Amino acid sequence: MTTIIIIYALLALALVFSLFKSKEKTQKAFKVAGKALLKTAPSLVAMLGIVGLILGLLTPEKIASLIGAEAGFLATVTAAVIGSVTLIPSLVAFPLAGSLLRSGATVMTISAFITTLVMVGVITAPMEMKILGMRFTLLRNGLGIIAALLIAFLMGILL
Amino acid sequence: MKNILKKFKLPIGVAIVFVALFIFAPDAAARSSKVAYEYFLEMVFILPPVFILMGLMEVWLPKDKIKKWLGNDSGLRGGILSLVLGTLPTGPLYVAFPLSASLLHKGASITNVVIFLGAWAALKIPQLMIEVKFMGLNFAIMRFVLTIFALILMGSFMKAVLTRHPDKKWLESNKGLSDQ
Repeated sequence: MTTIIIIYALLALALVFSLFKSKEKTQKAFKVAGKALLKTAPSLVAMLGIVGLILGLLTPEKIASLIGAEAGFLATVTAAVIGSVTLIPSLVAFPLAGSLLRSGATVMTISAFITTLVMVGVITAPMEMKILGMRFTLLRNGLGIIAALLIAFLMGILL
Repeated sequence: MKNILKKFKLPIGVAIVFVALFIFAPDAAARSSKVAYEYFLEMVFILPPVFILMGLMEVWLPKDKIKKWLGNDSGLRGGILSLVLGTLPTGPLYVAFPLSASLLHKGASITNVVIFLGAWAALKIPQLMIEVKFMGLNFAIMRFVLTIFALILMGSFMKAVLTRHPDKKWLESNKGLSDQ
């Protein structure tokens, strides 16, 4: 809700400024926006479907049973994969991660889950590709996985 | 026809999976549809204004200034600015993609855009407050610091790679946007 308020407030401010300065340029901005939105639409529809599929299958309980029970390297890798392919709001993800940690999962596993969750977006990749290009997306997410695993490893050792 | 199929292959593929799920696992299919619908509602409200903001950025942001603040020669100041911009409380990551594209068109460096996107995804202030509450201060601080290092390395590496091997297809499809 706050997100929506902030974005619309920003938009209102920007629009007033833009219309005041030049009607023509404002029209042009709308044209650019429409074109970009249209270009992105198919990947947006796909993204919605994929979010639904993954979150419908990977419920928080399922995630807990997959990475909470086992320890060791395999659990960490599983956590990284789950973190990469899911898109969970932080208000759900952090309580889940916290409870898994308290119920016996290792710091490394939980860090892998959190860092990939926030840094790697397989679900949003189709959209990212449309907007920022295939190479950028593959590099950013690929390096993100590596970085996330390294961060998890370091946190596992240090904490 | 072939073109349309190619353009929509991903949504079509997803639709097929949904149909299969409805036949073989109706429970999961119902859950999935509900989640998809919830995200649809969110995106319907958030995306149109985001794209209009992007359009306004394309039209109004002065290229020379963006280049100066966030470009290749912006140095440490540019990096810090990208980081701060990314951590401001805003929306989900997909909101940041169009904005990042605009910044790139306007001459921001790849390193800074990667830092901006990474901060937006991983270091947002409201998210950090939740993290401190549930994971503890040590966990949150350590992840914050390590992530900043990772983003700087990732950004520098990506800039090096994409400068040497530019994404020609992307540049082609975004032609014209940058010279406004």
